[in-house]
Parts: sequence; C-alpha cells; structure tokens
Amino acid sequence: MSFQVIVFYSFAAWLIFAALMVISSKHSVKAALFLVLAFASASGIWMLLEAEFLAVSLIVVYVGAVMVLLLFVVMMLDVDYAALRQGFVKKLPLALIIALGFFAILYSFITHGDFSGEAYASPAPKPEDYSNIKELGRVLYTDYVLAFEIAAVILLVAIIAAIALTFRGRRSRKAQVISKQLAANKKNRLKVLKMDAVKTAPKSESNEEAEE
Amino acid sequence: MIGLSDYLLLSAILFAISVAGIIINRKNVITLLMCIELMLLAVNTNFIAFSHFLEDTAGQVFVFFILTVAAAEAAIGLAIIVVLFRNRATIDVEQLNQLKG
Repeated sequence: MSFQVIVFYSFAAWLIFAALMVISSKHSVKAALFLVLAFASASGIWMLLEAEFLAVSLIVVYVGAVMVLLLFVVMMLDVDYAALRQGFVKKLPLALIIALGFFAILYSFITHGDFSGEAYASPAPKPEDYSNIKELGRVLYTDYVLAFEIAAVILLVAIIAAIALTFRGRRSRKAQVISKQLAANKKNRLKVLKMDAVKTAPKSESNEEAEE
Repeated sequence: MIGLSDYLLLSAILFAISVAGIIINRKNVITLLMCIELMLLAVNTNFIAFSHFLEDTAGQVFVFFILTVAAAEAAIGLAIIVVLFRNRATIDVEQLNQLKG
C-alpha cells in the first residue's frame, strides 16, 4: 500500500463524512463548518491530482471568502432552524431512493466505461521544475483570454448586484416616489389659518400734522 | 495505484449525497445553497481527474471558471437570502408561494 493510496482513502473518507454531516446537521452553522472540512479534504485530493494552483485557490476562495460570507449570513438571520427541519424523517426514504438510483446509474457508467484501461493509464509524475501555475497561466492568457475577461465581468456584476440588493442606506439620487406623490392631498399640504383682521398702525406725528 | 475510476466513484458518491441533501433539506435555503456547492465540488473533482489522466490543462481551466461563477453565484444568492429574510422574516422555501395562482 503506497503512500498515495493512504492519502487518497483518508481524504476521501473525510470528504464523504463531511458531506454527510453537511446534509444532516441540525444547525446551519455546523453544516457550514463541515462544508469547510469538505472543501479542505477535496483540496487534498486535488493536490494528489497535481492541480496545485486550484487546490490552493479552493482553500483561499472557498474557505477564505465564500464560507466566511455564508457564516456571516447564517449568523445574521434569526431563524428557527428546528422548525425548518420538520419533515426531515419523512423525506428521508425518497432521498435515499433517488440518491441510490443516481449513484447506481453513475456507477454502471463508470464501471462499464473502462476508465481503468490503457487509455486512462496513470501518467508519469511531473518533473521537479514543472510549474502548474505557469502552465495554467499560459493557456489562460492566450487560448482562453476572452473567457477570462468574461469571468472578470461576471465578478463585477456579482459585486454590483450584491450591493444593490442589500443596500439600505440613504439614496443620494432624487428619484420620484410615485406612491408618495399619489398619496399627497390638500389636507396634508395646505394649511388655512383663521386670523383677525389686521389693525391699522397708529398714526405718526407727521401724518397728524398733514391732516390738520 | 489509484485509477481514474476511483476518483470518478468518489465524485459520484459526493454528487449522490448532495442530491439527497437537496431533497431532505427542501425547506432551508441556506442548506440548499451548501448542497449546490457540494455538487459543484463533485463536478470539479471529475474535471480535474480527467485533466490529470488525459494530461490536458483544459480541464483545470474549466474548473477555474466554474470556481469564479460559483463564487459570484454564492454572493448573489446570499444577498437574495438576506433581502428575502428582511421582507418575509422567513427562509422557508415552502412559504414562498405568493406567485402561485
């Protein structure tokens, strides 16, 4: 039993355990933390497949950013998670049937597909000075440069959309609020005051002299 | 040695687990999002396994873009959940039936 086999099976066991805990945890915080474990062990498996850059970026992007965001949202929402789990046991048989059926189909494809044959033999390990990042970057900035720019635009759209959806502060633009305009009536806007008639000011000296 | 079929079986198991998770946790939107992330992880593992055994970097480029889109999706999805909770005070999927005739 080689070292790689031990690493693969231990990471695979952690991954499956974490995935099972994600779907069966009582509280969403627990589920999110187990999802972190699942990502970490998947990153180990990717490392075994010599995709070092993606393994590291899975940790940085997912565990570092997406999962922290998810935990923030879970802790921000004051939800009764126990009530959300009603019907958990009732749906379990259906879930098991569908999941096992799905797995049976995939299993038959994988075992009949001859993926362990000559065409998919394990490649020779890369030389020591081989750089996965360099190789990936070379194709990313030449063959896939358009897709790379579209990905950048998608991220920009995501930033703007997330801010626009949740923004709650003072809107600086002077937009019409139609409902406010229609709700306005004379009673609220116009105030009629009852006042006594205005008294004439007392006559000054010069005016009296002029009259005489 | 570990062959390609071992990696494929692992991601098939992971995908089946997340399909089961989507069915069981049909009420909690946050757990649904997590199950979708697990599904994407299974698909990405398939891509990387094929990329390794066929010695073609195109698979890794695909995973790179899937990660980008998944991060954007998670950000927008969580923003929608926050707005939803602010307006309805619930994240139960079965109570979101206002558009139902």
